[in-house]
Amino acid sequence: MALLTCKDLSLGYEGHEIVRGLNFEVHSGDYLCIVGENGSGKSTLMKTVLGLQPPLGGTVRTGDGLAQNEIGYLPQQTVVQRDFPASVREIVLSGCGGRMGLRPFYSKEEKQLAKDMMEKLGLTALAKRCYRELSGGQQQRVLLARALCATKKLLLLDEPVSGLDPKVTIEMYALIARLNRDEGITVIMISHDIGAAVRYASHILHIGNTVFFGTRDEYLASDLSDSFLKGGEAE
Amino acid sequence: MSELLDKLALYLQYPFVRYAIIVGVLIALCSSLLGVTLVLKRYSFIGDGLSHVAFGAMAIAAIAGLTNEMPLVLLITVISAVLLLRTGQNAKIKGDAAVAMVSVGALAIGYLLMNLFSKSSNLSGDVCSTLFGSTSILTLTKTEVWICCALSVVVVAIFLFFYHKIFSVTFDENFARATGTKAGLYNLLIAIVIAVIIVLAMNLVGSLLISALVIFPALAAMRLFKSFLSVTVFAAIFSVICALLGLLIAVVAGTPVGSTIVAVDIVAFAVCWIVGVVKGGLRK
Repeated sequence: MALLTCKDLSLGYEGHEIVRGLNFEVHSGDYLCIVGENGSGKSTLMKTVLGLQPPLGGTVRTGDGLAQNEIGYLPQQTVVQRDFPASVREIVLSGCGGRMGLRPFYSKEEKQLAKDMMEKLGLTALAKRCYRELSGGQQQRVLLARALCATKKLLLLDEPVSGLDPKVTIEMYALIARLNRDEGITVIMISHDIGAAVRYASHILHIGNTVFFGTRDEYLASDLSDSFLKGGEAE
Repeated sequence: MSELLDKLALYLQYPFVRYAIIVGVLIALCSSLLGVTLVLKRYSFIGDGLSHVAFGAMAIAAIAGLTNEMPLVLLITVISAVLLLRTGQNAKIKGDAAVAMVSVGALAIGYLLMNLFSKSSNLSGDVCSTLFGSTSILTLTKTEVWICCALSVVVVAIFLFFYHKIFSVTFDENFARATGTKAGLYNLLIAIVIAVIIVLAMNLVGSLLISALVIFPALAAMRLFKSFLSVTVFAAIFSVICALLGLLIAVVAGTPVGSTIVAVDIVAFAVCWIVGVVKGGLRK
């Protein structure tokens, strides 16, 4: 049973179709990279998987004991967040919010979970610092810790390294790879960075005019990766 | 100085002054609590927009000859608030434009209607007091004070109960929704509470100055504090102190209540800003 199954998925806005006929499965422990040109529907796919917008056709099913609200999500940063007065601890804790229901305050376990996640991502020393004073890489780690509070199984990362400098980018990729390998967390990542995608991912989903889904090795053997990889280098 | 205090003590013996102070402080508290969320969600001007809607609704109520205009005004304002806040990021007309449109539109229609149908001999006086709330806070009845107290308690209770949800939804609506928080529901709740506060606050400072009660405490607190909790708490304290001070000055000096409170807010904001700059400078 797959964690996530997308069948005959069509995506788009207000009846305008961007992608059609999308079929793929994500199994526990996979590291799936979603690549494709700008406007090919990567972010729309992400939103559909998260249940933020309905698909135009087809189905998204979660399985293997994964509930719809157990997907950890690392969104792209919004303008609002950049000058938001909140401490690191407050933000990480808010990752537990989804399972609170109507309970008004966080439980002891949730506070401990947030503490553990901050520890794991090296944020303990920053716990009381203000989010807007952190560097880009630190902010991404805070949002990642928040996502980890929401899930133990599946992380969805939307361009996790955009705006980061090369050194921090490598650290971020290493961190994600570590979570996937050591903690057994399934990762779905949207990326422009095709080089990193083929280096770290176990599976690749390429969307655009032609759709490809398969393992990394199959992707490297296909014609699609050739043109896309070369195109990437020319940029 | 003692003369001033005597004068103040004299005024405080009047029930209408005490009512004004109770209501003023409560409204200042309520509006500052949600002000932080509104400023951060880039809805600073919603107070302005909604109060103009309330002004328009009052004009309609006046023309229809309703004796108790509160229910109609509240209903129309709540509906507008829900529509404005619901549109969010995917709207065709973006938040600020939508608020501006509704704000100006309601103000114009309200004034037009009053002008065409009003039977009052002092039209500009009526409009002025609705816009600036000049004296109506000093003419509150005991019932109105009780209604205001009850609603304030409800607002504060809702805020405390849903504090963490309001934080999640304000910081990152998509994440909150994706992880199972009913973001739409909480947005609706915020919208309704805002509308209620604004209708209440019209008595205090009038339509034009409500934005000040919403944004000054939040902005001042954001100069000085770094966590959501401390910003919220400071904004509430800031707002209550400024409202109290403004009311006392207005009573003693005989200045218009609304504008005096806002003037105190401006001064206090400037102080916070300077303190923030100095503190920031020292740390570097």
